[in-house]
Amino acid sequence: MNLNPKIPPGPLADKWDTHRFNSLLVNPANKRKFDIIVVGAGLAGASASASLAELGYNVKTFCIQDSPRRGHSIAAQGGINAAKNYPNDGDSIFRLFYDTIKGGDFRAREANVYRLAQVSNNIIDQCVAQGVPFAREYGGSLANRSFGGAQVSRTFYARGQTGQQLLLGAYGALMRQVHKGKVRIYPRREMLELVVADGKARGIITRDLVSGRLESHCGHAVVLATGGYGNVYFLSTNAMASNVTAAFRAYRQGACFANPSFVQIHPTCIPVHGSYQSKLTLMSESLRNDGRIWIPKQKNDTRDPVEIPESEREYFLENKYPAFGNLVPRDVASRNAKEQCDQGKGVGETGLAVYLDFAEAIARDGRETIRSKYGNLFHMYEKITAGSPMEEPMMIYPAVHYTMGGLWVDYNLMSSLPGLFVLGEANFSDHGANRLGASALMQGLADGYFIIPATIATHLAGTELPDIDTGHPAFQEAENRASLRIKKLTALNGKRTVDDFHRELGLLLWDCCGMARNEKGLRYALNKIPEIREEFWRNVVVPGTNETFNQSLERAGRVADYLEYAELMVRDALARTESCGCHFREESQTEDNEAKRDDKNFSHVSVWEYNGESSAPISHTEPLVFENVRPSRRSYK
Amino acid sequence: MSTITLTLKIWRQQDRKTKGRFETYETGPISQDMSFLEMLDVLNEQLTLEGKDPVAFDHDCREGICGMCGSVINGEAHGPEKETTLCQLHMRHFKDNDTLVIEPFRARAFPIIKDLAIDRTPLDRIIQAGGYISVNTGGAPDANAIPIAAERAEAALDAAACIGCGACVAACPNASAMLFVGAKITHLALLPQGLPERSGRPLDMVQEMDSQGFGNCSNIQECEQACPKGISIQNIARLNHEYLRAAFLSEE
Ligand SMILES: Cc1cc2nc3c(=O)[nH]c(=O)nc-3n(C[C@H](O)[C@H](O)[C@H](O)COP(=O)(O)OP(=O)(O)OC[C@H]3O[C@@H](n4cnc5c(N)ncnc54)[C@H](O)[C@@H]3O)c2cc1C
Ligand code: FES
Repeated sequence: MNLNPKIPPGPLADKWDTHRFNSLLVNPANKRKFDIIVVGAGLAGASASASLAELGYNVKTFCIQDSPRRGHSIAAQGGINAAKNYPNDGDSIFRLFYDTIKGGDFRAREANVYRLAQVSNNIIDQCVAQGVPFAREYGGSLANRSFGGAQVSRTFYARGQTGQQLLLGAYGALMRQVHKGKVRIYPRREMLELVVADGKARGIITRDLVSGRLESHCGHAVVLATGGYGNVYFLSTNAMASNVTAAFRAYRQGACFANPSFVQIHPTCIPVHGSYQSKLTLMSESLRNDGRIWIPKQKNDTRDPVEIPESEREYFLENKYPAFGNLVPRDVASRNAKEQCDQGKGVGETGLAVYLDFAEAIARDGRETIRSKYGNLFHMYEKITAGSPMEEPMMIYPAVHYTMGGLWVDYNLMSSLPGLFVLGEANFSDHGANRLGASALMQGLADGYFIIPATIATHLAGTELPDIDTGHPAFQEAENRASLRIKKLTALNGKRTVDDFHRELGLLLWDCCGMARNEKGLRYALNKIPEIREEFWRNVVVPGTNETFNQSLERAGRVADYLEYAELMVRDALARTESCGCHFREESQTEDNEAKRDDKNFSHVSVWEYNGESSAPISHTEPLVFENVRPSRRSYK
Repeated sequence: MSTITLTLKIWRQQDRKTKGRFETYETGPISQDMSFLEMLDVLNEQLTLEGKDPVAFDHDCREGICGMCGSVINGEAHGPEKETTLCQLHMRHFKDNDTLVIEPFRARAFPIIKDLAIDRTPLDRIIQAGGYISVNTGGAPDANAIPIAAERAEAALDAAACIGCGACVAACPNASAMLFVGAKITHLALLPQGLPERSGRPLDMVQEMDSQGFGNCSNIQECEQACPKGISIQNIARLNHEYLRAAFLSEE
C-alpha cells in the first residue's frame, strides 16, 4: 500500500506555493474534455463543484436531499475561523495553524494544517463577494468573536446560522454553473458503489431514490464530499441522512480509512429525553462564553436548581481548569461532564445532564444583552424542552457531533485509490484527534474552493486515463454488487425494524467506544458487533420494494454499512492504547485523570486497508513528522 | 411527561401518477415531549411491524434549518405553531384525542412523490435563473474592502434566512412563490455586491417562476403567516419595486 503523503519540500510557509508551481496543469481548452463526478453537495461538495465548473471541467453533482441547498452543512451554527486578524489581537496564519494542530493533540500533518490556515483568509473574501451576510460592526466592518476557547477573536458568523449562509453562498455559485450548463445536478440520488477500472476510480453507481433505478456514471475522477459518520451512534447532532455508505463502499474498493475511532463528542447538547428520540440537538458552543457549568455538590440532589445555594454548587470546570474555566476544549468539557454524571451528580430526569447557567451573566450584562446574544438559541431550547434559560439553568449533556476520522488522503486530497479525491468531513486530514470549533466549515470550503481545483489537475494531466464509458465491465460488476445487496435487503422480512438495530448498535458504541474507552469494553464491542450484524441480516424487516420511494430501504442500506464500519472503529480504538484528543483510553491517563499521549509509539495516523469480508483489515501507519512545532502536552489548567 | 393518543388522517399516495386518499390511524400513547416527526417515526415503526407500508415524509436536519420537512396539519402549513417548522413542532401543542389531518404541501409546481413527500426542484430552477452573485472563485477583494452598515447586513440576513421549504407556496391560494423570490431578491439587493446584476435578476427570476407553474401574488398574505422563518411580506413589496425598476431600465 502506497501511503506517501506527498508533502512538498521546503519551508512550511512556502510548501503550498511550491507545490502549486510544481503541479501539472490542464490546458484551458482541454478542461472541457474531462468529466468530474462530485458526490455530495454540502459545503465541500458544492464549493468544489462550482469551482471546478468555473475552470471549465464538466461536473456531475449528486446528493441525497431533494436539493443541493439542504446538505447537513446547513445546520452549522457557530461560525467559521480565519486568520484575518481584523481585531488586531495577535492572530496570524501561524497562530491559527498552531492552535489547530495543538487542538488536534498533534495527530495531524503540519503541512496540511498550515495550508488550511493560509487559505482561510481567501474563504472569507470569497464568501463576502458572494453576498454572505456575515455579522458586522457598526462601522460596517466584519465582526469577529472568540469561539470554542480560542484566545483570539477569529470567528466570522451570521447569527446562529453560519452554516446556512455559507452553504447558500456555495449553492448560489453552484446554481450559476448549472445555469451555464457546466454542472448537472442529480438530487435524491445515493451513491451505492464506487467503480474502479484499471486501478483507478472512474465512476459511481447511484440509486435514484424516487424510482429505485440504479444508474452508472463515468468520469475521469471521482470526488467524495459525503460528510461524516457520526450517525453510526444512532443519536448524534448530524442530519438524519448523514451516512458512511459512500466512504465505506470506497473503502471496500481499496481506499484506506484513517483514524476511524476519532469522534468528537460535543459538550453542549440538549440531553436525551426518551427512547423514541431520533436525534440530538446541538446548543452552540458560544453559550459557554457566558454560561457557567455546574452540578449540585450533593449526589442525587433533586431540588429545583434555583433553590440550590451557591455554596452547594460545584463549578467543576472553573475549579479544575482555572485558566480556561468553562471554555476548555470540547473533549475536556465533555469528559468532565460525563465523569460528574458517572459519580451520580448529574441532574434532570435521567441524571445524565449538567446545568449551564446564565443567571450571573444576566445579572451582570442585563436581560436584553443576553437575549440579543443568545435569543435564537434560547428559543430553540425552549421549543424542544419547554424550559426557559432566562429563568432557570439550561440542562446539557455531551453528544456525538463530528468525525475527525475519514478516508485517508495525501496532500493533494487524493485517497490511496488513484483518481478518488475526498473532501470535507469525509476525509481525515486536518483535525487530528480533536477538531476546534468553527474549523470544519473552514476546512470544507478550503478543500472545495481552493485546494481541489489546484490539485486535481496533476491527476488528470499526469495519468493515463483511457477512454471508457459505462459499458466497461467494471460498471456492470459494480452495478451487480449494488443490485444484489438491494435484493438481499428487500427480501428480509424479520421481526425487528431497521431503527431498532441501529439503536442497539449506537448504544453499544456509545458505551464502549464513546467518550472514554477501555480494553475490556472495546473487546466486548468487537465480539458483539458481528452478533448484531448477523441478526440484522436474518431478522430485520425491510418493507416495500426497490422500485418505489422507499425510505426504510435507504436506512437499511446505511445501517448495514454501519454494522460493518463500527467494527473498524472499535479495532482502531483498541489498537491505539494511548489517549489523545477525543480518544480517551482509560488505561492511559495522568494522575489527575487527564489524557496521556504516547508520542513514542503513536505519533502516527492509523490507516486501515480492506482485506475481504472474512479477514481482519490490514493495519498501516503514516508517521507524523513535526518540524515546526514541538508536540507539547495539552494543558488547560 | 404526560402522554396523549391521537387520530391521524394521513394522505397516502403511492406515487406521482396513482390517485391518493386519506387513511385513518389511531396512535398508541404519544409522549408530549416528542417532536411531530418523532410521532410519525413511532407510527411508522408500528406500521412496519404490522407489515404495512410506512408513511413517506421528507426530513433531514430536524432542527428547522434545512427546509426538507413540511406538511399541512389541519389546514396549516407546518402546523399550528407560529414560526415553527414541522420538525420543531412538539406534541405538547396538541391535546388528548385530537384528530389531525396531515397532507402534503399542495401546488401545481410541486408534484407528489409519495404520501407527504413532494418534488420542490422548481424552486432550484428559480434560483438558477439568477438568485446569486456572479463571481468566480479566487480574486475576491479583501472582505473588509467594502463596509456594509450593520443594520443593512442584518436586514439582508433576515431575508437570506429563507429555508426554501415551500410552505409559502402551499399556503398561497394561487400557489405563488413570490415570497420565496422576494426573499432572495431582497437579500441580494441590500448588499453592494448584489448591485451589478440588479437590473436583470428580478426579471429573470420572475420569468422562471412563471414558467415553472407558480401562480401570481394577489396580496392575500397567507405566505407570511405560514413562513417558519418569519420572512416578511415586505420582501414581496421590494421584489415588485426591484422588478419595476429593472423593467424600466431594460426598456431604456
Ligand atoms: C449541529 C452542527 C453544528 C455545527 N456547527 C459548526 C460550526 O459552527 N462551525 C464549524 O466549523 N463546523 C460546525 N459543524 C460541523 C460542520 O457543519 C460539518 O463538519 C461540515 O458542514 C461538513 O461538511 P461536508 O461538506 O463535508 O459534508 P455535509 O455537509 O455532511 O454534506 C454531505 C453531502 O453529501 C451527500 N451525501 C452523503 N452521502 C451520500 C451518498 N451516499 N450518495 C450521495 N450523496 C451523499 C449529502 O446529501 C450532502 O449533500 C457543525 C455540525 C453540526 C452537526
Ligand atoms: S427537517 Fe430540516 S427543517 Fe425540518
